[in-house]
Amino acid sequence: MIHSLFLINHSGDIFLEKHWKSVISRSVCDYFFEAKEKAVDPENVAPVLQTPHHYLISVYRGKLFFLSVVQTEVPPLFVIEFLHRVADTFQDYFGECSEGVIKDNLVTVYELLEEMLDNGFPLATESNVLKEMIRPPNILRSVVNTLTGTTVFAEIQGVVEACVRLTGMPDLTLSFMNPRLLDDVSFHPCVRFKRWESERVLSFIPPDGNFTLMTYHVSSQNLVAIPVYVKQNISFFESGSCGRLDITIGPKQNMGKTVEGLMVTIHMPKVVLSANLTATQGNYTYDLATKVVVWDIGKLNPQKLPNLRGSLSLQAGAPKPDENPSLNIDLKIQQLAISGLKVSRLDMYGEKYKPFKGVKYLTKAGKFQVRT
Amino acid sequence: MSASSAFNDEKGGSSSVGEPEYGHDPASGGIFSSDYKRHDDLKEMLDSNKDSLKLEAMKRIVAMIARGKNASDLFPAVVKNVACKNIEVKKLVYVYLVRYAEEQQDLALLSISTFQRGLKDPNQLIRASALRVLSSIRVTIIVPIMMLAIKEAASDMSPYVRKTAAHAIPKLYSLDPEQKDQLIEVIEKLLADKTTLVAGSVVMAFEEVCPERIDLIHKNYRKLCNLLIDVEEWGQVVIINMLTRYARTQFLNPNINESLLEEGGGGDKTFYGSDEDEDEDDEEKEKKAEAAALAKRKPYVMDPDHRLLLRNTKPLLQSRNAAVVMAVAQLYFHLAPKAEVGVIAKALVRLLRSHSEVQYVVLQNVATMTIKRRGMFEPYLKSFYIRSTDPTQIKVLKLEVLTNLANETNISTILREFQTYIKSMDKDFVAATIQAIGRCATNIGEVRDTCLNGLVQLLSNRDELVVAESVVVIKKLLQMQPEKHSDIIKHMAKLTDNIQVPMARASILWLIGEYCEHVPKIAPDVLRKMAKSFTNEEDIVKLQIINLAAKLYLTNSKQTKLLTQYVLNLAKYDQNYDIRDRARFIRQLIVPTEKSGALSKYAKKLFLALKPAPVLESPFKDRDHFQLGSLSHLLNAKAGGYQELPDWPEAAPDPSVRNVEVPEWTKCSSREKRKEKKVEKPFYSDSEGESGPTESADSESDSASGSESRSGSEVSGSGSESEESEEGSESEEEEEEEEEKDKKKKKKELKNFFFFVSTIAPSSALKNYELLHRITGEGLSVEYCFSRQPFSPDANMVAVQMQFTNNATSDTKNLHMEDVKLQSGMRVKEFPEIELLSAGEMATAVMGIDFCDSTQAANFQLCTHTRKFFVSIQPPVGELMRPIFLTENEFKKEQGQLMGMNEITEKLTLDAKCRNEHAIVQRVTTAANLSRVPCGSDKEFAGRTVTSSSLVLVTVATKEEGAAQLTVNCEKMVIGTMLVKDILLALTQ
Repeated sequence: MIHSLFLINHSGDIFLEKHWKSVISRSVCDYFFEAKEKAVDPENVAPVLQTPHHYLISVYRGKLFFLSVVQTEVPPLFVIEFLHRVADTFQDYFGECSEGVIKDNLVTVYELLEEMLDNGFPLATESNVLKEMIRPPNILRSVVNTLTGTTVFAEIQGVVEACVRLTGMPDLTLSFMNPRLLDDVSFHPCVRFKRWESERVLSFIPPDGNFTLMTYHVSSQNLVAIPVYVKQNISFFESGSCGRLDITIGPKQNMGKTVEGLMVTIHMPKVVLSANLTATQGNYTYDLATKVVVWDIGKLNPQKLPNLRGSLSLQAGAPKPDENPSLNIDLKIQQLAISGLKVSRLDMYGEKYKPFKGVKYLTKAGKFQVRT
Repeated sequence: MSASSAFNDEKGGSSSVGEPEYGHDPASGGIFSSDYKRHDDLKEMLDSNKDSLKLEAMKRIVAMIARGKNASDLFPAVVKNVACKNIEVKKLVYVYLVRYAEEQQDLALLSISTFQRGLKDPNQLIRASALRVLSSIRVTIIVPIMMLAIKEAASDMSPYVRKTAAHAIPKLYSLDPEQKDQLIEVIEKLLADKTTLVAGSVVMAFEEVCPERIDLIHKNYRKLCNLLIDVEEWGQVVIINMLTRYARTQFLNPNINESLLEEGGGGDKTFYGSDEDEDEDDEEKEKKAEAAALAKRKPYVMDPDHRLLLRNTKPLLQSRNAAVVMAVAQLYFHLAPKAEVGVIAKALVRLLRSHSEVQYVVLQNVATMTIKRRGMFEPYLKSFYIRSTDPTQIKVLKLEVLTNLANETNISTILREFQTYIKSMDKDFVAATIQAIGRCATNIGEVRDTCLNGLVQLLSNRDELVVAESVVVIKKLLQMQPEKHSDIIKHMAKLTDNIQVPMARASILWLIGEYCEHVPKIAPDVLRKMAKSFTNEEDIVKLQIINLAAKLYLTNSKQTKLLTQYVLNLAKYDQNYDIRDRARFIRQLIVPTEKSGALSKYAKKLFLALKPAPVLESPFKDRDHFQLGSLSHLLNAKAGGYQELPDWPEAAPDPSVRNVEVPEWTKCSSREKRKEKKVEKPFYSDSEGESGPTESADSESDSASGSESRSGSEVSGSGSESEESEEGSESEEEEEEEEEKDKKKKKKELKNFFFFVSTIAPSSALKNYELLHRITGEGLSVEYCFSRQPFSPDANMVAVQMQFTNNATSDTKNLHMEDVKLQSGMRVKEFPEIELLSAGEMATAVMGIDFCDSTQAANFQLCTHTRKFFVSIQPPVGELMRPIFLTENEFKKEQGQLMGMNEITEKLTLDAKCRNEHAIVQRVTTAANLSRVPCGSDKEFAGRTVTSSSLVLVTVATKEEGAAQLTVNCEKMVIGTMLVKDILLALTQ
């Protein structure tokens, strides 16, 4: 199955290699670099490449390429899912998945990879199983037993994340006030599917630590109100190679909660040279290389709506862009699951002690895009 | 001292990882003397006594390997540490070994004995890791050792070790394909394994070694279906893909009637499929007709096993693992009746919210599916709308799906969406959108004019690439109805002044040439301009200029004769031979000379024949002959090792091959069973510590399967049934957890083990074991002992003598046994029925059990006329052999042949009470059914195992003060290991 793995950074250096069968020369990556050169963005590199003797399957995570080499037929999703699982494991072990952190923990990383695959076939991919074999760099053992679930909602999709630190073999049952809302769900393997089918409760024996218990999708009939509105005006003038930008954001149906972490990202057309803007709240940056305006607003104050306006200067002589850039908006609302999903109760069986329980709701914008 | 200072030095160096540290790095060279010194430091650290230094050295070496630097010259220094006691060091040494053993085969052999020792370790984790490393060392010379180790591990008590054995199979196969036959035997054995831990790994091995041996699956098919939901995710993917192929060979096409209808009607077809019928040769048609006749005679009924597969895979659409979801989706696409395939759409659309790489693969598959089953994805049309932040390859695939989904009702929505895309900054994507519009226009007649108008507007776009792409697409569209669109052709003729993209220029010229009769005034003028610029044009444009000239000469020679000759003369001296050839050919064809043959008469017909309009096809058409979700499907080319998805058989093969004998007792109510299990459990799990292959976790799921598949109903089950299987899975989980706990609680286990052995090694010659206590047996009590007599009906069986006592006040009648449940290979000869056992009386009976040289229990029901009791007999290892007579010379000779892995030696201190020869002999023969070799200098014992007649040789050599050494030589390593333990305990307590 998976023959070898190469970790490659943004600038194309291979900084880790691992082989599960005989060694494959790193020159095989040249085909990948060729494809990477052709693609403008790293995201645009095709995940599956064919070379004369091998197939290269890669994922791009945290500015790193996880490039695996396979020689024979294998479901591509199998490899892709596994590579993401590797990245998730690094994230879990080291707090982030970046070149620096991997280089600092090279031996642990190598041991993890050794344990995760045997002869190219996944062996142990569960974080709790791995942690029994290979210790994370520093283990923070919390004395308190806690279970917290963050219910995150993006567009019409959400996840229930759990953090379980319970001793023994607790058997947990989680029920929702309104499970009918859920249209499509997928579960962590510990969840008993039959209980869900018959009673609409999540019954499971949890692994230790953080894990995603379930992801769900709320059907479009229950379409949710978008919590903010955007008034925008971006225009480029035919003459004088300049343009104008004016954006205001206001709250809309946020059920009394504050909108936080508000951020607007605008990918400007290539011809925009510079931006001279003023923000009434927060601050903005314009990256000349990537042509991206990032306006970090923070908390949304309904009394004084944040506004960003100013002028854009274009490359002299260049024609005006055909398309106005679209706005990407990020936001968070604490203590509110906009889907309306509510946890009803959480019960524990099989152990005698009384656990500490807590639930946290959070709404987050996923890919909230305003076409202009 | 020097070592430690050097080590500090090094540490300073290696902390700055990432920088080009050629000077400092211990691995960077080997040519410069200073580098040698560095390596010497590492070697010194490895040779030191301190584990901490060794560990540090190994860490640095592994870091070198990870960075892809050569550390092979450290091999001798590292391999010495393979037997290091420190587990951390050991792990890293293993990592090193696996990486470099192939390059240093001779030195690697030094480490083999360590692994061989590890294979016999009582700790299952150590056994597994020893096997894992041993099988990962790619050294051909140890193939026989690997083979032996795999065979042994395949019948290990621990499922974890058996899983490792399954993993080792493909490794050995890739090292030496000649072992295939033997490996298939092991695979066959492991396929029969009932633990979820093993199932995925062994199917993986099956797929790599012998995917063509579909016959091995028959007996295990239902079990695999039922275990599936509890197998780990990666195993699920492999099993589902394999079962898809299996089902295609064993069941009938559930859509057979519909596909016939489709062919007959043709109206239900996708646009692309219209020419399908023509491709088929008559033979196939005949076959189809036959099949149709057959289908008419016999309405299609789905095989219950086919239904079982569909039902048991469906819940996995909810898996968090995208690969599992895709595997189930492709299974449904290839195997399910048309009406049921729809369920996969929602799950696949869910995957579109995952990572972009996942989206990429899923969209490829959705694109193929939408061609055959468009309706399935129509409700999710908007999920395929494109975001400006999507990577280009995702955009293009979404476009493909949208195009495939387009029909009369939704085309206006889709076209509106396409209009937004045309404004995108990503020009490759815009080009793809224009192509997509072209395809929509050819497929849906109603919107052809709208599309054409839209595309013509694009001709005035500022971006030349957009214009060029539009020209190419318009050309294709115009070919469908040229007469109606002469004004568009005129418009395009004007474009030749501006547009520079060769492909677009060529398209325009071809269009004008082809329809020159519709634009009689403009065409000659275009040719005039082109003649002027001929020498500066690209090759494809030049060829089209020649074509245009030829066509005009044929239709309007008056105006264009000179121009044509001019162009042909220019072409005659062109640098490109293709163009020169074309010019020569055309001149001969169109300009009449004396020599010109019959062909020139037909020149006009040749050039201006009516040409069929091109069919704009999806690149995903017919890609479904590859199994969906596979790499081959994604690349649209067969990848190495790809197994073709077979066509449905005309008639279903015999379904009875999948029948497995399900013992009667499993059918009784699950509640009772659970109770029984609780009683049984301590018997083996406590005594052995590790759960053997007999582990009854599976019996539960088995029974559920038995009842479910028996019912074979299409409904997913009444309340009671689902409840039952629910319980099944729960208990299984419990037990799996227990397995995990076991790993942690090694010490406790060991204690239990001691306890167990002390009870079976008594001073009396034959020990009685309790089979049924009189309280549980409601008055009936049964004891048994291993009589050590040959069992006359079958020499391969161990004789078990049973003593029945009726303590009750009433008579017991018809005592007999039923429902024997055994591991594969084991056999039982039942005792004859005892018709009457009066109150207070006793009776004895003898039964024979062939344990297959394993300590797995034989489970059966003891039945009286009123009650049934679940009982189980498990032999101590010493009872699995019978004594043989050997002379001392023979003994020494045989012992000499059973060295290496087959020999186990332990030092011990004899119990104070058994220091004389007699006591030792007595204790050893009590623990194991062996005979002493006469006149031996040491105390030697010999025997053969009952089933396979493998030699068992035991030597006890005594030294001063009760010190002694115990040696066991046995062909069967597992037997040997267990025997050592038993004898050891007998001698020390």
